[in-house]
Amino acid sequence: MTQNHKHCPHPGMHGEMASCRLCRIEVDKLSVILGKQTLLKDVSLHIHCGELTALIGTNGAGKTTLLRALLGQVEHKGSIRHLTSDGRPAADLRTGYVPQQLEFDRSSPVTVMDFLAGSLSRRAVFLGVSRKMREKVMAALTRTHCEALADRPLGALSGGELQRVLLALALTPQPDLLILDEPVSGVDQNGLESFYQTVDELKHKNHMAILLVSHDLGVVERYADRVVLMQGTVIKQGSPEVVFDSPEFEQVFYTKGVRV
Amino acid sequence: MNTIYAVMDTLLPFEWLGYGFMKNALLAMLLIAPLFGMLGTMAVDNKMAFFSDALGHSALTGIAIGVVLGWENQMAAMLIFGILWAIMITFVKHNSKMSADTIISVFSSMSVALGLVVLSRGGAFAKYSGMLVGDVLSVTQGDLLALLVTLLAAAVIWALLFNPLLVTSINAPLALSRGVRAKLTEYVFTVLVAVAVMVSIRWVGVMLINSLLILPAAASRNVARSAASYLRLSVLISLLCGVVGLVLSYYLNTSAGAAVVLTAACVYFVTLPLRRK
Repeated sequence: MTQNHKHCPHPGMHGEMASCRLCRIEVDKLSVILGKQTLLKDVSLHIHCGELTALIGTNGAGKTTLLRALLGQVEHKGSIRHLTSDGRPAADLRTGYVPQQLEFDRSSPVTVMDFLAGSLSRRAVFLGVSRKMREKVMAALTRTHCEALADRPLGALSGGELQRVLLALALTPQPDLLILDEPVSGVDQNGLESFYQTVDELKHKNHMAILLVSHDLGVVERYADRVVLMQGTVIKQGSPEVVFDSPEFEQVFYTKGVRV
Repeated sequence: MNTIYAVMDTLLPFEWLGYGFMKNALLAMLLIAPLFGMLGTMAVDNKMAFFSDALGHSALTGIAIGVVLGWENQMAAMLIFGILWAIMITFVKHNSKMSADTIISVFSSMSVALGLVVLSRGGAFAKYSGMLVGDVLSVTQGDLLALLVTLLAAAVIWALLFNPLLVTSINAPLALSRGVRAKLTEYVFTVLVAVAVMVSIRWVGVMLINSLLILPAAASRNVARSAASYLRLSVLISLLCGVVGLVLSYYLNTSAGAAVVLTAACVYFVTLPLRRK
């Protein structure tokens, strides 16, 4: 791993080393067909470490399907390659995933500590959380500035707090690729800004690849390094300026009255 | 075993425990209650109340199949059928677009009807009708051993299953992304519930077995704030209701299973106002 650092395009920017193994993810001609329905067709794109790539498009454009293909949760055609900076296959990619606003039974007697310890260790949480695991969970929560929530019931958290907890979990262990699926829907403006500031901070500190699905084009404009516009396939990709000024973007969004 | 009886005589010199069958019944309750209190937590968390009900009903079919095959050992027939049934329902649930409760209902009614058709042939159902209500007073020492083995094995498997079940119950895609083998976990859990149900059904009864699984956990949810307290309270409530129900049934001269379930229902309603808002 130390050798790879020489080739890393951003030496010295990786707080925790894991990220540098992976340099980019190359998706080539990816298609997802479910029964007779084609959900995605010939999607090709690159996702780079140290960058936030945003997937935009209307509902049903295939954004979430693409995420699920990247997570290995749906069958697909075409290739997804994880490469190091010198173009060789990167070893075991770690993916962190923050799901869409969680729909779960809010009366569940589960604390934030239970949930994180249950996800991070095999030791049944009803036996009690070991001191070491507790420290690990606290460290994870501290990274997303929500250590005060540790002993609160999961169901009592606000939308923004819940997303911070989920982000803390997604970042433990340190992922090479962080996937954020519409992470702050239903969160107030302050919560939203501070969530993305935390993500931005982590991107610089840890040099990981971040893939974001969002309907909030303002957020995408401010925080994305690259934007991928989808409609069953990729219809435009590039820097936010390039995509936002493109005729394809206009066709998808303006005519539908999303950005008036 | 005689030592245990002697200890019970010394520590619990109550009139109701004077009889050997009551001692066995109490011991059976002390084994069944924690088993169901434990499994119930995740059955409730994973919204499987209806599923476990269907499993209980399938015990009838298990016996029926045993009768058709001419097996002496009813327990073996029930266990094998129960496990297969659990796996089948789970499989169909995963591989069908129909809603889970429709599928479970189809399986449940089918198994009850099949069991009744076979067992009632020639008007012989009276012989089996005891299965519907159960009779914990007829527990033998051999049965106690079977219950003990089941409880111990279940506790070990439980410790391995708990975290994956917990995380999956919160969010399945998230659990998958973290390497939880959600499907395998679900299959193992359903089989575990099937075994627990089949081993206990003669004592608790087809009609009541599900309440024993769901009520203590549901009551515990009313007050518990963390996963650990949820499980501990559920087991505790289950044990408490098991013993109180048994004693009540002795003095009121009613079905023990029903008295236990009624006690648990009372605990549920008493704890209901304590729910976190």
